[in-house]
Amino acid sequence: MTGILGNFGRYFLLMRKVFSRAEKKNIYRPLITDEMIKIGVQSVGIVALLSFFMGAVVTLQTAANIESGWIPKWTVGYTTRQTMIYEFSSTIVALVLAGKVGSNIASEIGTMRISEQIDALDIMGVNSASYLILPKLIASTVMFPFLVLMAMSVGICSGAIVGTMSKAVSLNDFIYGIQYDFDSYGIIYSLIKTVFFAFILSTIPAYHGYYASGGALEVGKSSTKGVVYSMVAVMVANYLLTQILLL
Amino acid sequence: MIQVQHISKSFKETQVLSDISIDFLPGKINFIIGRSGQGKSVLLKCMVGLLEPDAGSILYDGVNFINMDEDQHKAIRQEVGMLFQGAALFDSMTVEENVMFPLTMYSNLSKEEKLVKVNECLARVNLVGKNNLYPAELSGGMKKRTGIARAIIMNPKFLFVDEPNSGLDPETSIVIDNLIRTITYDLGSTTIVVSHDMNSVMEIGDNINFISGGKVEWQGNKQELLKSENTALNNFVFASEFMQEIKENLKGK
Repeated sequence: MTGILGNFGRYFLLMRKVFSRAEKKNIYRPLITDEMIKIGVQSVGIVALLSFFMGAVVTLQTAANIESGWIPKWTVGYTTRQTMIYEFSSTIVALVLAGKVGSNIASEIGTMRISEQIDALDIMGVNSASYLILPKLIASTVMFPFLVLMAMSVGICSGAIVGTMSKAVSLNDFIYGIQYDFDSYGIIYSLIKTVFFAFILSTIPAYHGYYASGGALEVGKSSTKGVVYSMVAVMVANYLLTQILLL
Repeated sequence: MIQVQHISKSFKETQVLSDISIDFLPGKINFIIGRSGQGKSVLLKCMVGLLEPDAGSILYDGVNFINMDEDQHKAIRQEVGMLFQGAALFDSMTVEENVMFPLTMYSNLSKEEKLVKVNECLARVNLVGKNNLYPAELSGGMKKRTGIARAIIMNPKFLFVDEPNSGLDPETSIVIDNLIRTITYDLGSTTIVVSHDMNSVMEIGDNINFISGGKVEWQGNKQELLKSENTALNNFVFASEFMQEIKENLKGK
């Protein structure tokens, strides 16, 4: 129990350090740009690929489960839209990014810790926590919503393509379904969740990397911990935010 | 001048440093020597603020480093240069960017002015033309020399060097030693070197502090070290038969 509380305490102290005494603004600009490319642009491919197949699978599964003639075919489009906007685009993409981005952040900062690069920053008087973590946090918070919007679009489009190609649903029915009872709040809800997830996915792995000690083995362990704990935190935050924002 | 006064540090039950007091003189190369695990690196980390001592004070030109606020710390740190054991170069930056880093953080010089200073420092450590190489492309000696260039770019008043010759061949070690000596005398900096390389100590050491069991066991200069009758010091310095032979020869003279 003290271990868990101790970790919470250290995490919040680290966050305080991240937001306190930032360095000159022009120092962060190139760092944020680099991180936006690493975290955001370089994740476009994997997010697009997964969204494509997820949209396709949701469409086919929904179509396969509609046996009753009383249920209209446009339900397939409606279900795909709801799934992609409300859950897949934000939560599942966040879990995927925890693996890709989270492990990268933890191992990068962990390696800097064990090779004394963080000590070097501290000795130079640089706020190492802010210098290393803040650009990743800002880049994630800016880029993740774009990835999520892209995931929504790709998933729904792939559903339309696969649904019509497999003749599970007609294009007109699918389009009617994705327009039916549309509430733009769903997108806002998803984007709000994404901002919280971006915070979690950049700071928890960074915390585990920042306090890594020992050698390469420990960096590997801190990377694993960073990914696992950020995934758990994403799921807990998902539940709490859904409770707050939808009910 | 850096004065370490009554510093103690323990980790859980283990007392690593016990009431250590040393004056490190400006314009001199001050060595901290001792066997592995005797607290040399812990003392160094306390001095540069990476560890907080349990008791005692560390005075930089008479001002206690431990009681300073964030701004004072930052100001002092701009006068500190440090060469790490593994050089601690930033992997994602080139040699030029690594050396320029302190200037980027703390100076208002233009890019051209910074580049002039970087090239001066690289020339000093004999790395001319290596600006665009990454740390992964450098040999151990080149990494150390890049680390030295980064450490001296702000003309530090206080220079800390951790195990400068570890992992280097004897010839490269002498190059590094000579660089430390030249820089110290040119800048007049208070240089503190943690090492257990006796070649290096005898080559460039001005003041030597021998730490054993977390305490200062012996202090003196090179000549005094050779004549010392301190058993722990002699066991450390003259551990090899070769060194014992030198000691016997000196006694004979």
